[in-house]
Amino acid sequence: MLELLVISTLNGVLFGMLLFLMASGLTVIFSMLGVLNFAHASFYMLGAFFGFQISRWIGFWPALFIAPLLAGALGAAVERFGLRRVHRNGHVAELLFTFGLAFAIEEIVQIIWGKSPVDFRVPASLDFPAFRLFSTNYPAYKMFMLLVSIAIFVGLLVVLKKSRVGLIVQAALTHPHMVGHLGHNVGRIFMLVFGVGTALAAIAGVIAGPALVTQSNMAALLGPILFVVVVVGGLGSLPGAFVASLLIGLVQTFAVSMNGSLAGAFGPLSPDYAQTWLSDIWGVTIAQIAPIMPYVLLVLILIFRPMGLLGTRET
Amino acid sequence: MRQWMIAAALLPLLGGTALAQETVKIGYIDPLSGGGASVGEVGFKTFQFLAEELNAKGGILGKKVEIVPFDNKTNPQESLIQAQKAIDSGVRYITQGNGSSVAGALTDFVTKYNERNPGKEILYFNYAAVDPVLTNAKCSFWHFRWDANSDIKMEALTNYMKSAPDIKKLYLINQDYSFGESVRSAAKTMLKAKRPDIQIVGDELHPLLKITDFAPYVAKIKASGADSVITGNWGQDFALLLKASADAGLKVNWYTYYAGGTGGPTAIKQANLNHQVYQIAEGIPNLGNASADAFEKALRAKYDFSLFYPRAVNQMRMFAAAAEKAKSLDPAKVAAALEGLQFDVFDGGKGTMRKDDHQFFQPMYIASFGDRTEKEPFDEEKTGWGWRQAAKIEPEQTMLPTTCKMERPN
Repeated sequence: MLELLVISTLNGVLFGMLLFLMASGLTVIFSMLGVLNFAHASFYMLGAFFGFQISRWIGFWPALFIAPLLAGALGAAVERFGLRRVHRNGHVAELLFTFGLAFAIEEIVQIIWGKSPVDFRVPASLDFPAFRLFSTNYPAYKMFMLLVSIAIFVGLLVVLKKSRVGLIVQAALTHPHMVGHLGHNVGRIFMLVFGVGTALAAIAGVIAGPALVTQSNMAALLGPILFVVVVVGGLGSLPGAFVASLLIGLVQTFAVSMNGSLAGAFGPLSPDYAQTWLSDIWGVTIAQIAPIMPYVLLVLILIFRPMGLLGTRET
Repeated sequence: MRQWMIAAALLPLLGGTALAQETVKIGYIDPLSGGGASVGEVGFKTFQFLAEELNAKGGILGKKVEIVPFDNKTNPQESLIQAQKAIDSGVRYITQGNGSSVAGALTDFVTKYNERNPGKEILYFNYAAVDPVLTNAKCSFWHFRWDANSDIKMEALTNYMKSAPDIKKLYLINQDYSFGESVRSAAKTMLKAKRPDIQIVGDELHPLLKITDFAPYVAKIKASGADSVITGNWGQDFALLLKASADAGLKVNWYTYYAGGTGGPTAIKQANLNHQVYQIAEGIPNLGNASADAFEKALRAKYDFSLFYPRAVNQMRMFAAAAEKAKSLDPAKVAAALEGLQFDVFDGGKGTMRKDDHQFFQPMYIASFGDRTEKEPFDEEKTGWGWRQAAKIEPEQTMLPTTCKMERPN
């Protein structure tokens, strides 16, 4: 039992940190531009495919740096030449633009790398068990993923809280016009934030690619959960995104390891109802509904605390 | 991949009517994107290879065989759209295998379509969807299945497990849809009768082809103390499950339906489970049948995968045989000719297409995967390991009764 507890916690934190890498960029972009970037998860996918291709050519370690830079540059370009033009036509146009972009990126990835999974492997130098807990091995690569995401989280925190750039970004979050009046180039700040945000998602893609599956539907698989993280954490709140990511990571992992059902709690259903829909609900285990848990959380948060766990505004 | 996408896009431009006279088109409706793509693509290439084999011998009744791909994304609704698209482009024969949920929708669709369009019937060849209901309560005259259904496979698997004394604690993990459901319920009822002493310590259903990290599930199997696992998982759901087990160092015996699918052998080798993973199927490489070996060699020389679908070979060769017997490519006549047809199957021995329910019965093999002796020439996925026969089950022992009440067209 203790073993399951510890391993599940590790797995949950790891998944949570991965979510945070993506959600952090998404939430900052949202609070600055006022638009939910539907294509954000696509940059995560681009990161994974760039990482795969570059690690084929020159190895995994250079890919870890080059792929996010490429994806970030692409993200910045999307903001500069795409979103900024569309912005004139209002939020709906922006929303539709990112929505279309997500489809376009998916199609392009399919044309270049095909529809089936690519063979993106864990680098040999990290392909060993990091430690043995009771009788379970924990892979070194997963520890590496955890460390990278924690390092980025700390770095992001320091930059935002301690540096001048962070100060301006924070100010631009709430008072973009004032920042503009003070002589800062708000447009460039937006572009940089968009670039950094998408680069963060791409880092998540590069490190998650070998551990999960690198294929053209990976953006679609993770995208919806990202929005849950951002809404649950509170739109535009970085600490909120952090808490929500960990929460959802842990909830999903622990739900899988639980076997409880209504039948287990209240005893089996009377045989009269055995053939009805009620027996399905009665017999379903928590593990089976694990995948919908984040969405249940989303609905509950929207009903009872629409500004999110740590959010301050309701829009 | 890209080439055939382009080819598929250009096909309608070439003027279907003139071409339709010369070819017999088979619509391949299976996943070519998403979580099922890895198996869907292997299936497609296998069928292409089989079409080439038939064409080299002059085709069927002098007509060239052509396999036309339609991507259904493992989604029943999408499959119906693709089936309609196939019919509109002149296809009279469709084949599908991945996902009994898809198969259920397709068989309904084909039956209804044929009722409404007499004289333009469509025939549905099912090469791998094994939910028993397709040849029982939901059977159709227009549906033929070449794979042994899930209950037949479980019957054989549990007969083998009956004599394995080291099974004490068993874990069931399956995909959450009709097929996974039938595997788990058949396993439970059959083991209760054959080995009441086996304790079932876990019974898991997980979302179909959506999980990318099975670590939480493996941690649970580990915590349950199971020594053996039964799973009907296929495609990436099997490969990733085994990959996560390898990472966690889980050492159990696996009783599976589809361990040989893409990525499976690599994951088994990685987990170092030498002859601890069993698979029930209608054929494996290394059975020593000369014609099967020759076919295997030719396939491997052309593609970088091995034959995962001996059932597809039986299907295509029997299709040709039935058409020659009926002297027609009219689906209704071919269907009538297929009923009760006896055939020498790919790996040797006789198989029969049962008239009552259109289920094919054939010799079945249980095999384990691991290191090889000189009697086992073929390895899988360049792992150096290969399949070894553990048991052979004769067709008579797999003849389960059917509840099908076949409605034949008059």
